[in-house]
Amino acid sequence: MKPDQHFKYTSLSLIFTWFFLFALLPFCLIVTASFLSQSESHLINTPLTFDNYKALNHFIYLRIFEKSFVIAGITTLCCLLLGYPFAYIIARHQGRFKNLLLLLIIIPFWTSSLIRSYALIAMIKAKGILNSVLILLGIIHQPLPILFTNTAVMIGLVYNLLPFMILPIMTNVERLDNRLIDAAHDLGANKITTFRKIIIPLTAPGMIAGSILVFLPAMTLFYIPDILGGAKSILLGNLIQNQFLIAENWPMGAAVSTVLTIILALFIGIYALATRGGKRRVWL
Amino acid sequence: MNTNSPTLGKSTYLGLIYLFFYLPILILIVYSFNNTQYSLLWHGFTWQWYGELFQDHDLWIAAWHSFFLGITAATLSTLIGAIASVSLYRYRFFGRNFLNGLVFILILSPEIVMGAALLILFTFIHLPLGFTSLLLAHTSFCLPFVIVTAYSRLISLDKNIFEAAKDLGATDGFIFLRIVLPLILPALFAGWLLSFTLSLDDVIISYFVSGPEFDILPLRIYAMVRTGIKPEINALCSVLFILTLLLVTLSEVVRRKKS
Repeated sequence: MKPDQHFKYTSLSLIFTWFFLFALLPFCLIVTASFLSQSESHLINTPLTFDNYKALNHFIYLRIFEKSFVIAGITTLCCLLLGYPFAYIIARHQGRFKNLLLLLIIIPFWTSSLIRSYALIAMIKAKGILNSVLILLGIIHQPLPILFTNTAVMIGLVYNLLPFMILPIMTNVERLDNRLIDAAHDLGANKITTFRKIIIPLTAPGMIAGSILVFLPAMTLFYIPDILGGAKSILLGNLIQNQFLIAENWPMGAAVSTVLTIILALFIGIYALATRGGKRRVWL
Repeated sequence: MNTNSPTLGKSTYLGLIYLFFYLPILILIVYSFNNTQYSLLWHGFTWQWYGELFQDHDLWIAAWHSFFLGITAATLSTLIGAIASVSLYRYRFFGRNFLNGLVFILILSPEIVMGAALLILFTFIHLPLGFTSLLLAHTSFCLPFVIVTAYSRLISLDKNIFEAAKDLGATDGFIFLRIVLPLILPALFAGWLLSFTLSLDDVIISYFVSGPEFDILPLRIYAMVRTGIKPEINALCSVLFILTLLLVTLSEVVRRKKS
């Protein structure tokens, strides 16, 4: 070993220690906690048990899972339908304002989603902008009761998560090989066939990456149902938060978190399959 | 296919999506100057709500806490992130692919799971919830973003630079300090700014790992928002939005420069 390997080993031990302490260890602890039982004095207690997972089979929890999946699913679909054309147009745009257009998508990505969700209230409340405009245009006569419904939650989620769908798809479209599209045209494919057979499969990794980035947060951003959906909307995020910080049933909260992690793992598996065979990874 | 300038239909579509992104924020900012407590109508311009913010002592303390936390967490994650990204780039070692994967999984994993897991960790090691727990948590969730930003800069560098330095007798530590660090400085600065904004905005993880003695701004806003719409919140949110806007723009300008 050369003496200047000191630097290498110091660096490596630092980062391994950090990731062990603050990524792996907490993860192992949460999985372990999900197999323990609740205790008055210590929050979690032995013996090991599957009770928390068995309890998740109860219809109340199943309802929450179902509702979360439906809401997150619709949100993901809306983001995909709204975001794909947007990402496609921006990615193929070569005009002067490209950098500005890009910056304008990145800004919502980094600014507080709490603040942006709060800003939505003034838009969708009974006497808000949306209702006023619709009444003014004569489309509706009574204000639509949107705020404090599931629709409001979904609007809030789409509003917050759309950039997370747009960015991976955009990166993906930018890397599309134009020659493939030209070749398809030369071989007689019309625009629709080209889109279906060439563009969609080639941008699938971007769509899957975007869907991961939308679907999981959609189930867990607990403050959005909390401020836009009122007390009725309970999602997985609200459930975990409740179990940890209000009901103080940590093992139960840990079990729900573990299930979420398994869902994440499944998504990553799907993504890995979709990008198999080539270096087509499109992350952020 | 026309790729140069978008047609009218495309421009309209882009415009509508941008309107969807920015109209609510714009209205929030306009209302923060509205001289009325409840009405939707415009009642004249006022600085009153900003004045009330200015006099809210607890809010200033929370803002100072958030600011201090953001600076320390961003600095710590940038320091560790610089070392981590350079190690991942330069060295081949056991567990390298694992670390690479871990970084991406951390970016993808739901914040709430990270928050809950860190709460269990801190309880397990008897760390009282407060500044230290928040600092460790914020550094943890900012770190992957710094690593990714710095790494993407590193792979654009000419590898021969390192070989040349090594041939001339430079040690790894010297190469890191005198060659790599100056070259990736813009990326690190961008990473620092992004970490600072992430820390300043984080609600979910902070909600789990904060203690009563160390109130921070996002949690205070969350508490205020839950009690309903007040013009002061409009003013506060406008200030914060403009602040992050400036930071993100700055970070993007730095990152795009020479890259």
